[in-house]
Amino acid sequence: MTRQISVDEITSVVKQLCIDANYNLVEDVLSALDKAIEEEESPTAREVLKELIENATIAQQEKVPICQDCGLAVIFAEIGQDVHFTGGDLKEAINEGIRQGYNDGYLRKSACHPITRKNTGDNTPAIIHLDIVPGDRVKITVAPKGGGSENMSRVTMLTPAVGMEGIAEFVVNRVREAGSNPCPPTIIGIGVGGTFERSAILAKKALLRSLGQRNPDPELAKIEEDILARIKKLGIGPMGYGGTTTSLDVFLEMEPCHIASLPVAINIQCHAARHKEAVI
Amino acid sequence: MSQPIRLITPLADEDVEKLHIGDKVLLSGVLFTGRDAAHKRLSELINEGKELPIDLKGQVIYYVGPTPAKPGKPIGSAGPTTSYRMDPYSPKMIELGLKGMIGKGNRSKEVIDAMKKHKAVYFGATGGAGALLAKSITKADIVAYPDLGPEAIRRLEVEDFPVTVINDTKGNDLYQEGIKTYAKK
Repeated sequence: MTRQISVDEITSVVKQLCIDANYNLVEDVLSALDKAIEEEESPTAREVLKELIENATIAQQEKVPICQDCGLAVIFAEIGQDVHFTGGDLKEAINEGIRQGYNDGYLRKSACHPITRKNTGDNTPAIIHLDIVPGDRVKITVAPKGGGSENMSRVTMLTPAVGMEGIAEFVVNRVREAGSNPCPPTIIGIGVGGTFERSAILAKKALLRSLGQRNPDPELAKIEEDILARIKKLGIGPMGYGGTTTSLDVFLEMEPCHIASLPVAINIQCHAARHKEAVI
Repeated sequence: MSQPIRLITPLADEDVEKLHIGDKVLLSGVLFTGRDAAHKRLSELINEGKELPIDLKGQVIYYVGPTPAKPGKPIGSAGPTTSYRMDPYSPKMIELGLKGMIGKGNRSKEVIDAMKKHKAVYFGATGGAGALLAKSITKADIVAYPDLGPEAIRRLEVEDFPVTVINDTKGNDLYQEGIKTYAKK
């Protein structure tokens, strides 16, 4: 049986998710910040972490964005193969949801022409990743992504001989070089394998996990913990003022790749890990 | 924690010379906002020898593109943006009398050298704390380039706006010192 879903419903859901994601910091980040205050060695760093919690409280209570950079609107949509959309163009309906959410929610519009830098005015077009899955439901995730941490992200094609150690070294060096720029404490998404573009999508998808949620593969879970421990030793600390809390978590996703290649992507996310989802 | 130092803008050489990296400072008075696009335009005017829409002498520029203000509020969320994108433009502005910059992230050697030579400082504000920082902003007016939207130059009135000294007038760098103190083998 085919299930009919009106694209107007998609617009309405996307709109609400944009506003929710920007106003309400996810619970797992709040808990992680609380825990970091207890463990952090630097008094200045503890003050910064407290400010981030206070900021999240103000944003939630006053219904204002956590951060002025309300991001480019990244959308992951998993569409059941038994769904039939009615009433218009699905992608246009998503973009309309972005338009309404960013306007009505008093969110900053950050999309611009790459060369002239002219703002598109409504934060569209959204970055839309569609996937077809079994079933008759639609799962939409809105994950607005800020520019500061995105600018520090990288994709590279390593020599397969470097192996897991080479991957870890690339990631830790990137976090070191990024330093204070991506607003630490950060969350690190790593995509290993696939192709050039697939590794980047894996890294971005890894950031949708909740903090503390390890990769189900015990070996990969251990690598995530090892990389986090190495990042902790860098001493960058919150905002780069020095300290032991540089990243809150590391998530690694892995897929097979070409026999000649080892694609690795690192997507750096600031503490404002905005991702909210809904199932229709 | 040491007690914060209260300063009122515009700043004089004596105000900035007494600051050291890591100092907590509460700024009151006027700040001007500016990001990449506004800096590019100011820089073009400077190169053409034309008058600027704002007098830079003693002023502090805050690298911020706020969210739209909700009805009844002076401004939306207003935290710092990453500063390195302003590095190509900053030395000339410091030479013209700019005394302070507020942002986040590392500055280039050229900017740090200019701060040392012409007595200016670089402050960090907490990135990602835009809702909290907006509480210290009491008024915001666009004074130049309204077509740039969030990137327009705004004149902000602030009360006890909280910042930390990242680079002082002696060439010190809090980011480097912080790593030296907390990095482990």
